[in-house]
Amino acid sequence: MKRAGFTTVWLPVALLLPQLSIIAIFFYWPAGWAVQSSFYLQDPFGFGSTFVGLDNYTDLGRNTEYLRIAWFTVIYTCLVTFFSLAIALLLAVKADKVIRGARTYRTLLMWVYAVAPPVAGFMGIMFFDQRTGPITDLFQTVGSDFKLGVNYTDTATAMVIAAVWKQIPVNFIFFLSGLQSIPKSVNEAAIIDNRSATGRFWQVTFPLLAPTTFFLLIINITYALFDTFGIIDTLLKGEPGNNPMTLVYKVFLDGFRGNDLGGSSAQSVILMVLVLILTVFQFRLIERRIHYT
Amino acid sequence: MKLLNLSAAALVTSFVGQAAFAETEITWWHAMGGQLGETVNEVAEKFNASQDDYKIIPVFKGSYEETLTSGIAAFRAGEHPNVIQVFDAGAATVIGAKGATIPVQDLLADNGIAFDINDYIAGVRYFYADSDGKMIGMPFNSSTPIMYYNAGALAKAGVEPPKTWEEFQSVTAPALKDAGYIPLSQSHLPWIFTENFFSRHNLQFASNNNGYDGADTQIMVDNPAIKAHFTALTEWKDKGLFEWYGTGWGDNAKPFEDGEVAMWLGSSGSFGGLLKKDLGFEFSATMLPYWEAVTTEPTQTFIGGAALFAMSGKSEEENKATAEFFKFLTNADTQYFWHQATGYVPITEAAYEVAKADGHYEKFPAAEVGIEQLTLPAGDFTRGYRMGFYVQIRDVMNREYGRILTGETSVDDAFATIQEEANQLLERFAKTQG
Repeated sequence: MKRAGFTTVWLPVALLLPQLSIIAIFFYWPAGWAVQSSFYLQDPFGFGSTFVGLDNYTDLGRNTEYLRIAWFTVIYTCLVTFFSLAIALLLAVKADKVIRGARTYRTLLMWVYAVAPPVAGFMGIMFFDQRTGPITDLFQTVGSDFKLGVNYTDTATAMVIAAVWKQIPVNFIFFLSGLQSIPKSVNEAAIIDNRSATGRFWQVTFPLLAPTTFFLLIINITYALFDTFGIIDTLLKGEPGNNPMTLVYKVFLDGFRGNDLGGSSAQSVILMVLVLILTVFQFRLIERRIHYT
Repeated sequence: MKLLNLSAAALVTSFVGQAAFAETEITWWHAMGGQLGETVNEVAEKFNASQDDYKIIPVFKGSYEETLTSGIAAFRAGEHPNVIQVFDAGAATVIGAKGATIPVQDLLADNGIAFDINDYIAGVRYFYADSDGKMIGMPFNSSTPIMYYNAGALAKAGVEPPKTWEEFQSVTAPALKDAGYIPLSQSHLPWIFTENFFSRHNLQFASNNNGYDGADTQIMVDNPAIKAHFTALTEWKDKGLFEWYGTGWGDNAKPFEDGEVAMWLGSSGSFGGLLKKDLGFEFSATMLPYWEAVTTEPTQTFIGGAALFAMSGKSEEENKATAEFFKFLTNADTQYFWHQATGYVPITEAAYEVAKADGHYEKFPAAEVGIEQLTLPAGDFTRGYRMGFYVQIRDVMNREYGRILTGETSVDDAFATIQEEANQLLERFAKTQG
């Protein structure tokens, strides 16, 4: 048996170099800086700085507001991930069954994907505006006094809805292609064993979709944690006040608005560690139970 | 071929042109968007047209916070502008970083331009100065919170604009409510109802002479007088005498502009914008009310808005250009133009005299309210405040005030929290200066 390979070491190294240098320059280097500056309190202009050890971290641990934001981030991520996956799956299952006008129907479901997060946030503002928003009016007809930007829960609701709405098309595309790649014969065989469509879905289709779902789960958690920044920023209009926010928004506020480089660096290091743990956890625990076809 | 010749000729002329008029170019980063931004461009054009040696290029960098952050990032990369506009809450950051800027007083003196701090109106002299009273930043768009009112609404309710909060709660607000209006909204709780609350009543806002005398400052916001004010505010809100539409500036201004709210606390710098919006009702303004229960001799308020700082690390030629621009900016005609177009107060006595002589205040009495308020008698604590990480301190205030007004927390708890978190931030800031 002949193994294909390189004759010298240098060629593969040279081929890898562009990729590696990009990772080093744009990821490891700034990450290293973040870790380093998280141990300092420094003047924003770069004149003075004091080594404070772990103070930036312990200050965060004592700050009740930071803990409150962390807790909100957890709930927010769960809600956004769950609803954007669940609704997309429902839509994909239904779209999969449509035969007449399928293409139009699918395109209509997908095109929200092209909307940029800040635009999604802006649309959220228009729909949920305290005084002129149609959804606010809708809430009012059922007796709820919805106040975006005033009431904590109301703002949180608007954030979740805007974030879910924006993410559904991505999930929809993946779920639909996942469903279409399930062989017809499997379904036909299942029909003989189980006459209940719901039963068949949970026992046959859903397990076969598991690789897609697992992939989307990771994508959606990352989306909720990080990529909803644009939506949150637009909905808060740059003035957080008493409104909810996620951890990544807090990093931005303290670092870019408040010029607290040390504190903000400590927060980004915490987020880096969080993502690391999450990734390891997901691959170790969940991937084992999934069968790739 | 013809085209090529033409462009070659153009190239040559442009080189010659540059050689003939060796203008020194300087850049100016600012945070004045929309209508204000256009006025800034006009000021720059006027300066460029006034002489041939220097050219200033204004660049809009977003909000006040964004402008300061871009300036800091650019400074660290050595690509900063000559002039940067920094707002009141960022003053401690930029002044604390000694070496980032050239004190405006030194810059003018070094370039042979006469400077006398007494030429400036009393209220703006020392806010952007160091503890010895040396002016560090050149006050630019200086504003102060005043109370705008819908004249028609007040006439309908049969009331006069209130002078004190006692008058507001017992006479003005109930009458306005009966006339079908929401009596009051405001656009910036930390600025109007906190910083200027302390100034208007001459109360100490922070230790170390409101923070001017050192970085180891402690905030003194947990004060019975301001707690009583916020308690009153929640009562007014419950009775429908006051409404709060969130933390955003515009969210609270809009209901006034739409005629739903009868009186609105905003900035004297909002005047130009309101005038151009053609609100469909006659509006005017009066001074920020005070509590007679706290003081019978109310004092002047702080200047808000922002100042221009000359950044260091530039050539002498460019610094000279910056100094000339500051000289141009502070002359009476430029100031009067700026004052008329925007509503920001003129910063020199001379400009104020020009505006008076021109009959500006007979036409628009509201335009004079800000400057009158800034020239009221001073007190021990009316000069200003200097606290680091103040942007975050304001965020903490906004958060806790929002919680008070939505009933999530009590006034006592909120002020205790603000005091505690603000002092932690101040302690952290003191370490950055080490």
